[in-house]
Amino acid sequence: MEFRIVGENVPRKDAVAKVTGKARYTRDMGMPNMLYGKVLRSSITHGRIKSMDIHKAESLKGVVKVLTPFNTKCHNFPTAGHPYNLDPNHQDIADRNVLTDWVRFYGDEIAAVIAEDEFSAKKALKMIDVVYEELPFYLDPEEALKEGATEIHEGSKNVVGHNRFTLGDIDIEEAFDQADFVYEEVLEVKPVQHCQMENQVAYAYVEGNGRLVVVTSTQIPHIVRRILSSALNMPVGNIRVIKPIIGGGFGNKQDLVLEPLVAMMTLAVNGRPVLLDMEREECITSTRTRHGARFYMKTGLRKDGRIIAKQLKVYGNGGAYAAHGHAVIGKMGGDFYRLYPAEKAVEYESYTAYTNCSVAGAMRAYGTPQITFAFEAHMDNIALEMDIDPLVLREKNMVQKGFVDQLTGVPILTCGLPEIISKGKEYIDWDKKRKQYSAQTGDKRRGVGFALFGYRTSTYPVCLEIGGARIVMNQDGSVQLQMGATEIGQGAATVFSQMAAETIGIPYEMVHFEEFTDTDVVPFDPGAYASRQCYVSGKAVRKAATEVREKILKRASGMLKIQQFALDVQDGNIIRADNGEVLCHVGKIALDAFYNRTDADTITADVTEVSDTNCIAFGGCVAEVEVDIPTGRVEIMKVLNIHDSGKIINPVLAEGQVHGGMSMGLGYALSEVMLYNEKTGAPRNNNLLDYKLPTLMDTPRLDVLFVGENDPTAPYGNKALGEPPAVPSAPAIRNAILHATGVKVNKLPMNPQTLFEYFCAAGLI
Amino acid sequence: MYDIGKYQEATTVEEALRYLHDDPGSRIIAGGTDILINVREGKDMGVHLVGIQRINPLRKIIVNREGTLSIGPLVTFTELEENELINKYVSYLGQAGGTMGGPQLRNIATIGGNICNGATSADSASMLFCLNARLHLRTKESERTIPIQDFYLGPGKVDLKSGEMLTEILIDRIDYQGFAGKYTKFSQRKALDIATIGCSLMLKIRKNIIEDLRLAYGVAAPTPVRCCNAEQYAVGKMVTLEVAKTIGMKALEDVSPRDSWRGSKAYREQLIQELAQRAVMELLDQGGKKDA
Repeated sequence: MEFRIVGENVPRKDAVAKVTGKARYTRDMGMPNMLYGKVLRSSITHGRIKSMDIHKAESLKGVVKVLTPFNTKCHNFPTAGHPYNLDPNHQDIADRNVLTDWVRFYGDEIAAVIAEDEFSAKKALKMIDVVYEELPFYLDPEEALKEGATEIHEGSKNVVGHNRFTLGDIDIEEAFDQADFVYEEVLEVKPVQHCQMENQVAYAYVEGNGRLVVVTSTQIPHIVRRILSSALNMPVGNIRVIKPIIGGGFGNKQDLVLEPLVAMMTLAVNGRPVLLDMEREECITSTRTRHGARFYMKTGLRKDGRIIAKQLKVYGNGGAYAAHGHAVIGKMGGDFYRLYPAEKAVEYESYTAYTNCSVAGAMRAYGTPQITFAFEAHMDNIALEMDIDPLVLREKNMVQKGFVDQLTGVPILTCGLPEIISKGKEYIDWDKKRKQYSAQTGDKRRGVGFALFGYRTSTYPVCLEIGGARIVMNQDGSVQLQMGATEIGQGAATVFSQMAAETIGIPYEMVHFEEFTDTDVVPFDPGAYASRQCYVSGKAVRKAATEVREKILKRASGMLKIQQFALDVQDGNIIRADNGEVLCHVGKIALDAFYNRTDADTITADVTEVSDTNCIAFGGCVAEVEVDIPTGRVEIMKVLNIHDSGKIINPVLAEGQVHGGMSMGLGYALSEVMLYNEKTGAPRNNNLLDYKLPTLMDTPRLDVLFVGENDPTAPYGNKALGEPPAVPSAPAIRNAILHATGVKVNKLPMNPQTLFEYFCAAGLI
Repeated sequence: MYDIGKYQEATTVEEALRYLHDDPGSRIIAGGTDILINVREGKDMGVHLVGIQRINPLRKIIVNREGTLSIGPLVTFTELEENELINKYVSYLGQAGGTMGGPQLRNIATIGGNICNGATSADSASMLFCLNARLHLRTKESERTIPIQDFYLGPGKVDLKSGEMLTEILIDRIDYQGFAGKYTKFSQRKALDIATIGCSLMLKIRKNIIEDLRLAYGVAAPTPVRCCNAEQYAVGKMVTLEVAKTIGMKALEDVSPRDSWRGSKAYREQLIQELAQRAVMELLDQGGKKDA
């Protein structure tokens, strides 16, 4: 495939708007006469509300209404941004209501104030008296799953979900018996938070015609619309959801967090507009987090390093509500199995437990960073024990082109792993440094580490993958590209426009993309999650653009009296296919389509495409670190992410995407963690001072490399790139620390305090 | 959204002192980087504030004939870091201030506010302890000058009486002349963070012998703390790695770090030793003294 616009560094569609401050985010808008909402959050971790006195709050000047679990009515609803499942047995768990009298985590939503101004709303919160009856709480998934533990959701036994699969010809125990070397260990990762720049924010109102409008910073407008409909018992058609420009999501906005409440609020005040704008503290505590998990891992190998048996049991910390249910932890099974297929047997078992932590949900790469940390650390521990180079161990075991996933039936048609390893080795001078740093003493020690991963691009075949695109040609031959797929800062508007321009044959500048996603206007698409949009929704763009191109050519053929097959559209012109002679501009064709007295028929396409393929993106990270042993501080000297994401649609944007992912990975590796008071269950660090998101000063130079070939299943050869950059940094850094110090750090984050404890235990301090 | 009950702005010290006197519950706001955070968190709702940002005499840094350095409490950390006199005489104080927060914060946060907030983690405080800084405090009716050590009473508690205002920070020549100094802030992040341990060291060396050494820490006790045992041990010693290590160990006798979720006692003690040792060796490499 040869491309003209796909693969080019065209400028972002929203670049100028964003740098000049003209881009309109939810909080930049609002309505005349708008009211302000504030949420009262529980100050206990688990328990029942015995009574709530709102009289004082209600009588405060400026307060319009106080909502409580006792004076509101709403159906329980699920919150996950998943496509609806027609099979009732596979639907998301509807365990959430707008306000609750059963508090399940510290910061749960128990009442809401609507006031004329934010200040009064906030003041009124302090005037609500709540009497609680406390229940035991659990911060650890295995504690919550113990026999006799108090249930966080009635009848759940604190199990959100469980799955188990075995693969292979023989029993796992038999396979371990055949192994020359068996290695078993426990690894652990803690919950972290997205900290997207723009907190959750939404406002809602009822139009004169009775329709509910919700303007919200979401990744999934069409799904918000459907879930609102079931929560409020209102027909989908009566609800309009508008997504303005967004300041980041990372999965935190792939859930309904405040939309049902803000909708309920406007309905409670006769449809007057109500704004709900979360503060950072609320956003960290009471939106979603990345699941923490504990991994019980056992692997059997032959003397030569071939893995013959793999066993993994995972306990995931789901937090207080199901949200994405067992999907995140369940998905780890595929990643675990696929990257290093075992010769004889694989066993995977996992639980997601309800706990009284903040609610876990989707976060960039959806379980893969966790399992990749655990397994890539495990691989290096094995390599150390078996005295094999960790990359040799990987090369002996890693998946190859032609492999067919037995769980999903998805074949691997392109695989850049060998190139990822060779390029990474070259970058870091692997062979030399592995030797050079092998026997260091002293306070500061260096090491190099590598980690690999595979990443499935879309959710097929686990979920339905459907994308929609509408292209409407303007009178000048430019087009409007309308999609339900969302721009959330990742550059979707730009790359979709590149795709449409490529396929139609017009310049990129002639494709217009409105970043406001309005469910009244755009065709259905579930939205921005997984790394699906370029792949799934990209197929819809290709289909619609192809149709538009055909219509242009057909009309041009009639106008020019030249057979259609002899014509082509290129750079906005109708040309002769054989010699490239320019015949006319597409604007001329468009004008004819609009105004031809005998044959007017505007050029549009409105398509839906169901994607029934999937592909695996691959990648790796290689890092060199210097460990300051007495202080436990790690400096990153060099770090490179290498991605096989097939065709890169826009290299500059892609590089930015990788930088962001690496930054997230570095935070995951070295500093970020959500902390809870073990005695009370209250969050310790729900602010950006104590939640250690790395600053620019903490960030080393981030190197990026793309490798690989075009994937034949993809619309433009492209594979996942949205989420994968966040995956490999933490294990690569961890393995570099292992190389530098010989200490197996089996948990995250590897902050100075944690490393100090490890180094003390290892006798280094 | 800030719940501020009353705001009065003064343009002279006298005016400010009058406001403070007439409204005894009111509090001074300078840069506001501590007080506004508290108000936002609902801790000081309805607070009465006296603004002093426009009292220009409080922004001065001067040296008098005796060589006493006078630093106005309204000096921001950016100003402190860039000031010629500071760089000439006590550059390490400017360097300590330069580790605060980020550039925006340093442009507004003041050294007086840092002290009066009373936090053990205040990045300028432990160095001011080393410098034997004295604080000049005034009320409408009276004034006094006290050593900074006496000003700190406990976590977040300082000896600032009702109606009283810090007007000058004084450092005598004898307390800086001939010293080299270094502040080491150990925090999880390299910016926008509070110290896990802050270590201030001043060293005067002649012919490789320690003539004077001053060591103070932040976050090693409820208030910033000087390490007399370590200092006494150091004087007269020839600087070696062994001596530097012993200084670090001796410092443990003077501090009382605590276990908290931000860092364990054991870890803080490790840092207390390690940072002192490293600072001594580093200052030795730099020559250990500076002409005054």
